[in-house]
Amino acid sequence: MEELSPFVIFVASIFTSNILLTNFLGMCSYLTVSKELKTACGLGLAVVFVLTVTSAVNYWLYYYLLVPQGLEYLQFIAFIVVIAALVQVIEMIVDRVSDRLYAALGIFLPLITVNCAILGGSLFMIIRKYDFVQSVMFGAGSGIGWVLAITALAGIRRKMARRSAVIPALEGPGIVLIITGIIALGFIGFSGVVQIN
Amino acid sequence: MSHIIVPALSIAALATALAVIILIAEKYLMDYGEVELTVNDERKFKVRGGDTVLSTLKKENIFIPSACGGRATCAYCKVKALRGFGDPLPTEEPLLTKEELTSGVRLSCQLKIKNDVAIEIPEELFSIQEFKGRVKAIADLTYDIKLFTFLLEQPDFIVFRPGQYVQFQAPEYGDIDESVYRAYSMCNVPDDGKTVELMVRLVPEGICTTYMFFHLKVGDSVTFTGPFGDFFLRDSERRMICMAGGSGMAPIRSILRSMSSEDISKRRPIFFFGARSKQDLFMVDQWREFERENPAFRFIPALSSPQPEDDWDGEIGYIPGLVEKYADGIGEAEGYLCGSPGMLNSCIEMLQHNGMPQERIYYDKFA
Repeated sequence: MEELSPFVIFVASIFTSNILLTNFLGMCSYLTVSKELKTACGLGLAVVFVLTVTSAVNYWLYYYLLVPQGLEYLQFIAFIVVIAALVQVIEMIVDRVSDRLYAALGIFLPLITVNCAILGGSLFMIIRKYDFVQSVMFGAGSGIGWVLAITALAGIRRKMARRSAVIPALEGPGIVLIITGIIALGFIGFSGVVQIN
Repeated sequence: MSHIIVPALSIAALATALAVIILIAEKYLMDYGEVELTVNDERKFKVRGGDTVLSTLKKENIFIPSACGGRATCAYCKVKALRGFGDPLPTEEPLLTKEELTSGVRLSCQLKIKNDVAIEIPEELFSIQEFKGRVKAIADLTYDIKLFTFLLEQPDFIVFRPGQYVQFQAPEYGDIDESVYRAYSMCNVPDDGKTVELMVRLVPEGICTTYMFFHLKVGDSVTFTGPFGDFFLRDSERRMICMAGGSGMAPIRSILRSMSSEDISKRRPIFFFGARSKQDLFMVDQWREFERENPAFRFIPALSSPQPEDDWDGEIGYIPGLVEKYADGIGEAEGYLCGSPGMLNSCIEMLQHNGMPQERIYYDKFA
């Protein structure tokens, strides 16, 4: 695999390899929280935060603790445990340091522990053999890509609530999944730019 | 063998290390030290920071009403935040109106005390106490409604207005590992204040009602806080139109039975009680007796779907239609309602449609 600059990885993970629209990870909170634009932004901010930090920590954990012991296969358990603990500590830090930030994203942090996009970010960086800087840029970029997807959807839903008559059977998750599919199709248009998977 | 033990121990070690990190972080980050909580600009408390206003006040023996126990769903625990708090949290915003938010009203179960703060609460809350008593009797009213009689021990008397409610505490039991509080109205008259009687309807999978129906026995001790609520008799000359369903009969019963016979002649109360079928009716004989003792009072029970074996010759249908049939001058009367949200909404709509202004419609809505 050719050497990709961290910046290329960053941009690619936002557009061409969007963790939600291309890999379909992180769907559950995406479906439920995309009703309100403001809460969507709050949750998105928390996802960026957590994805970046956990990518960094899990990189260190994998290459300096698991690999030397030959325990690479424990990555799933190890990553999840680290993510859960890290999210708790991050919540405490945010609560202590900034009321503003806590009001914006504090209560969403526990919700993110089970967001598969977080675990996905850590697992992808291992599979694609990124180095440390690439991993952090990938984590940050994936988070921003996720925010892009959820805010786009929240905006669309808000507009649709006012203008469109959705048939009752499709209201809620039904129409949201259809919209997501259409957005994903749109994002395929970016795929010629660069491939990182 | 070692290829089983080594990974198992590694994961255990990792989890332990992380747990230790969390404990240390909690100890240093969540320790806000001692702070000062000022209530109504007069009472000052030195409290341990880091807890919500609701739980901190509880430790100081001031009980803010709460039905959901801090889950930000019931919106009972509103207080006014004067100084020292941050912006409203996303969990509070859906439950507060714009006017409330601009005037500083917040949910005390979500407000964390991290520094010196000041709040404002209604004066009545200072007189709310925690009561400990014993179960004196448990009687069946219907297949799913029971009457609980409690004898007060500590303190041994309660002062309440007919129509008010208490927050009953269901303790940890069985699989439930935390206590919950649920609101129930008193159905007895204040009298000597030594007993509290509650009508409770069994809620399928309900934490508190399951405890009361299947675990509580005569002689057991109980805990509740109160009295709460602004559902009580208003002082006026107007006719009273009372509407209730199921255990909603409780506050209406307390109010009507506390009135003197002169008051009843003056206010001419008419009480509509709605049920599905005969098995949901109770205390009918007592209300008929009450009618005989007080000619100005009328009791109208109605079934919405009587069964053939009920042999029902009384009114059939829903309350709103029956009120219009039996009560004249609805627009000039006062309405007292207690029941499920569906029943309340349809009755309120009917009353307003017939000219009763919103200010004269009184109800307790916590089904």
